[in-house]
Amino acid sequence: MASNQSQGADGDSREGTGRGRAPEWADGLKQLYDAVVEEALPDSFKDLLDRLEGVPPTRGTGDRKDADT
Amino acid sequence: MTDGGRPETSRSAAEQIDFKRELTQVVPHLRAFARGLCGRPDLADDLVQETLLKAWAAQDRFEPGTSMRAWTFVILRNAYLTDMRRNRFRGEYDEGVAERILTAPAGQEEPLHLSDLHRALLTLPAERREALLLVGAGGFSYEEAAAICGCAVGTIKSRVGRARATLTEMLANGAIPRRSTDDDVAHRAILEELDEVAAGNGVSTRG
Repeated sequence: MASNQSQGADGDSREGTGRGRAPEWADGLKQLYDAVVEEALPDSFKDLLDRLEGVPPTRGTGDRKDADT
Repeated sequence: MTDGGRPETSRSAAEQIDFKRELTQVVPHLRAFARGLCGRPDLADDLVQETLLKAWAAQDRFEPGTSMRAWTFVILRNAYLTDMRRNRFRGEYDEGVAERILTAPAGQEEPLHLSDLHRALLTLPAERREALLLVGAGGFSYEEAAAICGCAVGTIKSRVGRARATLTEMLANGAIPRRSTDDDVAHRAILEELDEVAAGNGVSTRG
């Protein structure tokens, strides 16, 4: 067991709340995420981003709530 | 582009350039979040494209200086939930990708199979999965995650805690439920529908 008093020693208390040490898969979750972040961006995204400039932003339509919390 | 609106309510050209730059920068994060949410890379990327179009259309509502990543995550999340309600995503995952980055953390006796982790993640209820992704993978604070999900901080903490407990138990016992992956017909229909979205037909006519 690794439930020693290392909590807080590394300054990150996020993993140390209540449920003891961070589960061993916690790094894996971050790796899954980071692996995608580091992937080369497919051309389809570059194309889309280039196309955006020709699309006028909608203004004052107010019927879409997606961007609001 | 022509500026047909009132200058006081629209973004200046410089602001629009800033917006696009920031939007471009968060695309990899949107892809990672979407991949975690819906598992399949192709569907995830379609979701991100939909998100980018919506974000661009709604750019007047973005407050410069605030987090573009958090703002776009809200849009992606809402698009995902809409699609979920329409049963587009069924918790599929791409074993290939997860296997390629199979990992053995240093000093650990049993290598952790990221494919198992990803599969376990996808069996979680969507709200717990997203909470865990935001905090455990995306690096958001509980407060930020609560703002993105539109719920109380305590709710996020609870969801993350439950998600962690469930995953820990699943991975410890090797008891990871399989999702149904045998309905190819339904899946093809889903993909075709999403192709339309990616082509720009479904952006403003949703909901």
